[in-house]
Amino acid sequence: MDTADFQDSARTALGDPQLRSNFRRAMDGLMAKRAAMFPDRDEWTRLRSLGAAVRARSLLNLPHLLEKLEERLTANGIHVHWAETVDQGNAIFKEILAQHDAKHVVKGKSMVSEEMHLNHALEEVGIEIIEADLGEYIIQLDHETPSHIIMPAIHKNKEQIARLFSQKIKDAAYTEDVDHLTGMARQVLRKKFANADAGVSGVNVAVAETGTLVLVENEGNGRMCTTVPKLHIAVMGIEKVVERLEEVPPILQLLTRSATGQPITTYVNMISSPRKADEKDGPEEIHLVLLDNGRSRVYSDPELRNTLRCIRCGACMNHCPVYTRVGGHAYPGVYPGPIGKILTPQILGLDVAGDLPHGSSLCNACVEVCPVEIPIAALLVRLRREAVGNGAKALKSAIPPKGAGQHRSRVESWVWWGWALAYRVPWIYRLTGLMLSRFGGLMPATIPLLKEWTSVRSKPRFASRTLHEMASSQEVPND
Amino acid sequence: MDNTAGKVRPHTVYFFGTCVVDLFFPGAGMAGINLLKEQGLKVIFPQGQSCCGQPAFNSGYMDEARSVAWAQVKLFPKDYPVILPSGSCAGMMKKHYPSLFRGTPQQAKAEDFSGRVYELTQFLVDILDIKLKDLGTPTKVTWHPSCHSQREMGVLDQPKSLLRQLANVEYVELPRERECCGFGGTFAVRQPEISAAMVTDKIDAVASTKADTVISGDCGCLLNIGGALEKAQQAARPKHIAEFLWERTHGHS
Repeated sequence: MDTADFQDSARTALGDPQLRSNFRRAMDGLMAKRAAMFPDRDEWTRLRSLGAAVRARSLLNLPHLLEKLEERLTANGIHVHWAETVDQGNAIFKEILAQHDAKHVVKGKSMVSEEMHLNHALEEVGIEIIEADLGEYIIQLDHETPSHIIMPAIHKNKEQIARLFSQKIKDAAYTEDVDHLTGMARQVLRKKFANADAGVSGVNVAVAETGTLVLVENEGNGRMCTTVPKLHIAVMGIEKVVERLEEVPPILQLLTRSATGQPITTYVNMISSPRKADEKDGPEEIHLVLLDNGRSRVYSDPELRNTLRCIRCGACMNHCPVYTRVGGHAYPGVYPGPIGKILTPQILGLDVAGDLPHGSSLCNACVEVCPVEIPIAALLVRLRREAVGNGAKALKSAIPPKGAGQHRSRVESWVWWGWALAYRVPWIYRLTGLMLSRFGGLMPATIPLLKEWTSVRSKPRFASRTLHEMASSQEVPND
Repeated sequence: MDNTAGKVRPHTVYFFGTCVVDLFFPGAGMAGINLLKEQGLKVIFPQGQSCCGQPAFNSGYMDEARSVAWAQVKLFPKDYPVILPSGSCAGMMKKHYPSLFRGTPQQAKAEDFSGRVYELTQFLVDILDIKLKDLGTPTKVTWHPSCHSQREMGVLDQPKSLLRQLANVEYVELPRERECCGFGGTFAVRQPEISAAMVTDKIDAVASTKADTVISGDCGCLLNIGGALEKAQQAARPKHIAEFLWERTHGHS
């Protein structure tokens, strides 16, 4: 799936009316919920500027904050591990679990664990890992990957989930009653929590000054994963750190409002240490795995670094006209939608995913709603440029994104060279315009580009006279 | 962003027609020029102009985009506002030229130019405070705001306020009006299936309004929506707002 061609998978998705109506309905709902959370434009602008500033400042000090975080967590009794690659990350997990002879693991929702394909890596060595988030549980039953970073099973409707549960859960009767369905999953998961040797979770924000891991969730399953088993292993991308505790509230306010239209989630977990001597619950041992997986390279470029501001709210995909139509599975990599279009090519490499930044009309709907002001459209254009290795020397980055320049084609370069010549030299442009206005209509609809255009549109008709000619004949002054 | 603060009414303006208007909708360009002239302004149309450079810029060919962009900037040297009948090309010239020319010897001139760029309806409403008298017969219209017009230029209310000035025009808001029509320049041919799905939804929305005309301030969108309406044999016709306003105020419709 990682290297799947976006256009091909998008085409398949577009042909699935059920999938399209599932996404349309879900995204319409999410957009309305978010809009209701930010009724005051000034308040939104103020909060968003604050969120953007917190994230930008955190990134500016990232190396320092990570050292501080490690120091504080260690002092609090939490073990810190660094993984440069996905393989290293998985190896760390396997090692910790092996040390505890852990065979049964429950996991709260974590996109970084998806990025690592952690479930697969652990199952390979005979460890059972059960997704405890309802959405994740649903797709795990169906051997699927998340189609949305917040609502992983959003591509399925109630009927599809009812059918799945009746087939995959032992003794489950078919029902479309949502409470019943949730109850079925709860029955299964309760037993798993009780018997789990270890719990795995992601991290929404890590606080450097206090050594605190912050997790938000609505189902309580996350708290079960981080408190019931004796061992808790958390995993996060290295970018998710902030310096101070007081920087957490604006981030969480923006996150939950943008994501699900909630002022706050049902559960906000703040984990700063394993169980202390006088405490009755909580894990005896906590580990944090910090994953790089290409993030340092993204970090090295001041403009591309803005990609790492992301707090994973999913608002960009909820508002994306492309995502709404093709759904999350059409995208290569684990992060779909606009954030995926800028993150995935940088992680997998432009050689592999260099087409992805072109899967956007640059409508800027994502830019408008991003709670931390990531200039997604500008970064898409930047990656398009990096993919073909174009741009003045002064603008070239010291450490270009992985796979930069690999999409350069001689034909395309010539086309744009010719285009620039025609549009730069007035007499060539005027002559081209004259020719097109007189003879453009003779172009057959079957030639490349026109063929794609006319699939659902009539052939564009050139006007019989150009604006240049009309302005000239009506004596509009030239200077 | 706010270059409308002073509301100083200029005596002379430049007009940048855009390449899509030049080849496909020259009537929209002339209507724009005539609306400005009718407000007592001298309008200059430099004949050497071609394209803002956005197609190359958005395709990743920054050097090519810059060379074409510079050829335009040079043609508009005086301190007059530059008016475009397009939110998208205006967005390119206003929002992206500064980054396109950053660190080059042309930077200062390009930034000065960007500071003078206006989308047509923005200029008509915010600077000229234009008053329109409708001479046309009753009709129903809907408005499609282009993505760059609303999100880069911040122009959403101005065109609607112009339509509302027309006594015999019933304006119906387009369902999901702020959603992209799927044009996106090269996007329409690079991702033809996704673009097709988007424009199909857009013309369904147009049909649901039962409008006679779908009006926009961007000819890229009009080329896309109009082409799809025609192929689907829908009754609604596309029209640029400049042309629509000119016709309504001169009894041509």
